Amino acid sequence: VCIHRVRSCSGIRFIKSKYVCVFDKSALKFSLQQRLLRTSAVSCGQIVQFKLSDIGEGITEVTVKEWYIKEGDSVSQFDSICEVQSDKASVTITSRYDGIIRKLHYNLDEIAYVGKPLVDIEIDASKGVSPEEDVVETPPMSHEEHTHQEIKGHKTLATPAVRRLAMENNIKLSEVVGTGKDNRILKEDILNYLAKQTGAILPPSPKAEIIPPLPKSEAVPAAPKDRARKIPVPVSRPIVFSGKDKTEPITGFHKAMVKTMSAALKIPHFGYCDEIDLTHLVQLREELKPLAQIRGVKLSFMPFFIKAASLGLLQYPILNASLDESCQNVTYKASHNIGVAMDTEQGLIVPNVKNVQVCSVFEIASELNRLQSLGSAGQLGTNDLSGGTFTLSNIGTIGGTYAKPVILPPEVAIGALGKIQVLPRFNGKGEVFKAQIMNVSWSADHRIIDGATMARFSNLWKSYLENPASMLLDLK
Amino acid sequence: MVLQASLKNCLQLSCILRTPKVGFRSTTSGSLIIQSISDDVYQNLAVEDWIHDHMNLENRQVLFLWRNSPAVVIGRHQNPWQECNLRLLRQKNIKLARRRSGGGTVYHDLGNINLTFFTSRKKYERMENLKLVVKALKALRPQLDVHVTDRYDILLDRHYKISGTAAKLGRTTAYHHCTLLCNADKFVLSSVLKSPYKGIKSNATPSVPASVKNLFEEDPSLTCEMLLDAIAEEYATQHQTDHHITLINPADETVLPGINNKTKELQTWEWIYGKTPKFSVSTCFNMVYKDSVLDVKVDMDIKHGRIEVCNIDLPEQWLPPAVCSELVKSLTGSKFCPNETTTLTATLLRVCPQDAELQSRWNLLCENMTMLM
Repeated sequence: VCIHRVRSCSGIRFIKSKYVCVFDKSALKFSLQQRLLRTSAVSCGQIVQFKLSDIGEGITEVTVKEWYIKEGDSVSQFDSICEVQSDKASVTITSRYDGIIRKLHYNLDEIAYVGKPLVDIEIDASKGVSPEEDVVETPPMSHEEHTHQEIKGHKTLATPAVRRLAMENNIKLSEVVGTGKDNRILKEDILNYLAKQTGAILPPSPKAEIIPPLPKSEAVPAAPKDRARKIPVPVSRPIVFSGKDKTEPITGFHKAMVKTMSAALKIPHFGYCDEIDLTHLVQLREELKPLAQIRGVKLSFMPFFIKAASLGLLQYPILNASLDESCQNVTYKASHNIGVAMDTEQGLIVPNVKNVQVCSVFEIASELNRLQSLGSAGQLGTNDLSGGTFTLSNIGTIGGTYAKPVILPPEVAIGALGKIQVLPRFNGKGEVFKAQIMNVSWSADHRIIDGATMARFSNLWKSYLENPASMLLDLK
Repeated sequence: MVLQASLKNCLQLSCILRTPKVGFRSTTSGSLIIQSISDDVYQNLAVEDWIHDHMNLENRQVLFLWRNSPAVVIGRHQNPWQECNLRLLRQKNIKLARRRSGGGTVYHDLGNINLTFFTSRKKYERMENLKLVVKALKALRPQLDVHVTDRYDILLDRHYKISGTAAKLGRTTAYHHCTLLCNADKFVLSSVLKSPYKGIKSNATPSVPASVKNLFEEDPSLTCEMLLDAIAEEYATQHQTDHHITLINPADETVLPGINNKTKELQTWEWIYGKTPKFSVSTCFNMVYKDSVLDVKVDMDIKHGRIEVCNIDLPEQWLPPAVCSELVKSLTGSKFCPNETTTLTATLLRVCPQDAELQSRWNLLCENMTMLM
């Protein structure tokens, strides 16, 4: 008995420490009172050995493959306890009792025996050990089942002990917000609800009253003649949000992005934006699309943007350079490896088209197709993802006009392309015509690039795109 | 309890009512034969989950017939790196799925049929089901030499495995499913089920390799449709029910509410790879760099599919120690996945010293690391 009592006390402390963390210090007094309540209720708890029941087919032993609970966890009847395997059959063992797990008799991959204890559960003394529990609960096989049944008809999950407490205090379970697993109502929730009703112990948290109730005048529609109809008065009840914050570590690719973006922040960015009239380009692409299709390549606008950028970089090579860490030397990169920002399931990845300076628009389109299909399959290689010297981000395919792109080190410039909109513009004769307008937002490293250079590069790029025929003159 | 039972009844009634040609059944007993119209392995596995979780099988049993486009299906407690050639799967666009039942790894394609026998937990009986299948096969082609082993395999000509079995037992329901090779691509099967990964130490359930044969090879007149039909007929006879196959669409939320969530869950990385029991990889490989060959030793512990501990042993100073430790730190906690590793290392490269030599060494090492995944 001595040992048992010590165990239950330590168990309470374990649970209580969780409880205390949730509320602020002024609630500590309240929780201390509660602890006494708890002690008196639980110290009479009985430890029951839950034995591994018959699996069928004459099987006597199984291997424990996964524990769904650990010592100290609360379980309800029908909660999954563990997964065992025997001879190609995977079996989910569910709890027969409500209570707290006190001991796991096996470790992972150990052999468990049918008829021998699997876990020890401490249950409420008042309930006894009857297998026929009058608990209106669903066997929690899957989360979806719960969601579905909540939609179909209101069902409150609560252990019999909690139900009794509610009943003793004349509380309707449907009015209590559950904060346990699957919105289960816990003892704390009942006590919380009680405290709010009496307005006594817990300090009023400002978040509890998010939206004040509507004043009566607003609730009543302007129809003074219709007095016969009764208009329900909104009850003043604080709106409670029972969602929980979820914290998870940043790992892998996201951790690398944190590093890269933090380094990018050290670059003094300046921005330069402009508007491009793509009316001619749109027409040209319409003509060329079927030709590319015949050759098995999907032609978008990007190959033109990329080629025009490369032509511009030939005139302004500083934009295709790299500044070393000590800011002592600038390296002018010979290859124009133009990166194309791609949105994938993982997030933003930037494969690049190598040596655009010697590629035709068609070759660029073909390479883009290859990168895009690898990107969506999650199979881009190291070579595709490294060695970029300049980047274009076509955020316009998702939406937006102007942007403020962040330079990807070790590069010194980046351009973000907005969506193409049909807008009215004036032509040389002062007439209004329908124009296909796209916005571009450049960011550049102000340590080695000045505004004038960026503006001139942008103007050149713009002129190639607004008048695609002019690209022919400078194509290599 | 009462609420739950009536809810289940509602669900199965709506299921029957929605199917054409079946006619209204006044009782909720009587066995049911259903066939999936989809060949997507995730959708079909989701149907199994749905029936297991939602149907009341106290007084009835269900036979579910399904086929999949090329996919490798591993057992609940298996290690995909140990069981199959993941690189080849990715290249050939073959799906990888983890089922909820135990057992070993199998290859599915449209030349393989899957049968799932749903019963209440008490009526779970695998031998009976397999004997039913053998009886159906013999009724169709009496000359076939097929029999059930005590490992719940079906063998052809005493030697070749044509069917493997697995099962899932829940609190009130259970299912036993098995494959049946009619006309599957044996070449692809043997190449995808051979793992190239070395140095894996794991307690995951290992598969037992076996020689396989297609029924088609024994009798070229056999097709999957004929086998499905013969088995359905035998099932109908033994369960005294109509030989009528109800078609089911695994994407239909009205018939199977909540099914799309189940399908989604089966496709998550956390389920397919993350559920792999803890394992370690201890291996070494050679890297050829310029004119020299380097020995690299790698030790990793992987838990929930993520690298928990990572150790890379390189020839001294081949990479600056700061750079090497940055790589190891970033890999720790990352998914044991080639795509994740490639994008991670390419991104990190941006903040490494911009030295062409160093960068090409980094890329070489990272490429070799991804080959382990």
